[in-house]
Amino acid sequence: MSILGEKVKKIRSKNAGPFWITVDIFCGSQEAYRDVCLNLNNEKIANLLMINIKDLKRFEIEKLNVVKFSFPRKIIQGHIFDRDMHGAQLAILLSEMEF
Amino acid sequence: MKSTKVLVPSGVLGLGFDLKALNTGIKNKPDIIAIDGGSTDSGPFSLGSGTSKYSRDSVRSEWKSLMKARNKAKVPLIIGSCGTCGTDSMVDWMEEITIEVAKELNQNLKIAKLYCEQKRDYIKINYKNSRITSLNPAPNLNVSLIDEMTHIVALAGAEQIQECLKTGADIILAGRTTDTAIISALPLMNGSDPGASWHGAKIAECGALCSSNPTSGVVLVEFDQIGFTVEAMSENAFCTPYTVASHMLYENADPYILSEPGGYMDVTNACYSSINNRKVRVQGANWHTSKKYNVKLEGARVYGYQTSLLVILRENFYVKNAMKWTEKLSRFLKKEIKLRMKLNNSDYSLDFRHIGINSTLGDLEKSERIPVEVGVLCIVTSKRNKISTEIAKLINPFLLHFPLTTDEELPTFAFPYSPVHSDRGYVYEFSLNHLLELNNPMDAFQIKISEV
Repeated sequence: MSILGEKVKKIRSKNAGPFWITVDIFCGSQEAYRDVCLNLNNEKIANLLMINIKDLKRFEIEKLNVVKFSFPRKIIQGHIFDRDMHGAQLAILLSEMEF
Repeated sequence: MKSTKVLVPSGVLGLGFDLKALNTGIKNKPDIIAIDGGSTDSGPFSLGSGTSKYSRDSVRSEWKSLMKARNKAKVPLIIGSCGTCGTDSMVDWMEEITIEVAKELNQNLKIAKLYCEQKRDYIKINYKNSRITSLNPAPNLNVSLIDEMTHIVALAGAEQIQECLKTGADIILAGRTTDTAIISALPLMNGSDPGASWHGAKIAECGALCSSNPTSGVVLVEFDQIGFTVEAMSENAFCTPYTVASHMLYENADPYILSEPGGYMDVTNACYSSINNRKVRVQGANWHTSKKYNVKLEGARVYGYQTSLLVILRENFYVKNAMKWTEKLSRFLKKEIKLRMKLNNSDYSLDFRHIGINSTLGDLEKSERIPVEVGVLCIVTSKRNKISTEIAKLINPFLLHFPLTTDEELPTFAFPYSPVHSDRGYVYEFSLNHLLELNNPMDAFQIKISEV
């Protein structure tokens, strides 16, 4: 079994304002892009991130070979229980997921 | 119609830029120099306390370079979101720096200041009159919560910046603005295509982040009636259709839509093409004017007073049982806090983070690798001033010596410094993700002129 990070060029995540997180998967090729579009469903992502699937927004951007996910943060940025204000380490979870 | 050239030295003042690239930018004869001074990106502290995230010396030295460049170009220089959060106090702070530097450089200047801070009473009246609507997701709002906020700002758009430009000021110091408005205001005023004006502004708002070399900072955007052209000013930075189009993804929950005061931009139909290996032409974005003129509000309130302690576990048995250890320790401490300080669990919060195990991702962490050592960060937050310091002092000896088992010698863990507790002062919480409806764009904003 291989991991998603090995299949694609780059995965990054970042806060989009204090209330949202966005994840960009740069697939790097059309082939990898199609693979990700077909085989990385919203349910997998929602389970991995422990979020409600209804809150997950998905964008497939063919021109850039990018699949993007955005979702509201469970804990607002900088709240006392926030662990990663910029949410940039969240990308590692996707990178290390089996794919 | 003449095109409008906007020079953007960097994504934010305080982050640095390539001086040679700035000079190249000036040689390209820009019509305005525009730089952002902040955002909510660093968390609620800046807005809550009304202070800058960046050091005054950093801001001053970069601002000095820009004031020199402006003097050469003889065009307006604008900064948005002064001092990270864009409160009135931070506009005045930037003015103080500007006056200092102007005297040093022997420059005579007209300064326009745009104040964006909102009085709590004004927000309460608008809340009661249903002129405030929530975005998704938004903290619950009520009158007493508004009363608790230390600072509330409204994000200015192109209209308020244009009012500043009309004063003929050499330097514009704006409170909180949208990142894009400081760039789009002049092209819009000069009749450039509205979709392109906002799209180009969004592409350039982080400086050279839309190029192959983000740290070089400087980009030049040229706007016209059909589209815009973007070029990185450093010799070592290249804008390609890929780097430019990709920037629409950055920090954007929606890669196609960008809401601004008075409407929204849609880049679904935008086309990006190379002019040469450093320059990209973009056309096709659309601007949609909305019926209501709404500005976004940001606010922060004091959440509590915080003290932290850090202890490091290196002994293998404790590394392996770190979670179990803090669970047991936490139960013990809560009992002692109740007994010795007469505090209930609801009077404070005690949070343990295990650095080396899952301190970044918490419950989401999947990896089970055993680390060499574990840092246990203990965060105490209380509602009342200074109580967290007292709790931290109560915790201190137990954090150092608490044994996991009953039949072992008293362990001693590693404290990395003295004092062990760090008072973090007040911590804040973002409390607004709302829109305020205005009849006139200037209703919630104020412009003041000064000369030096």
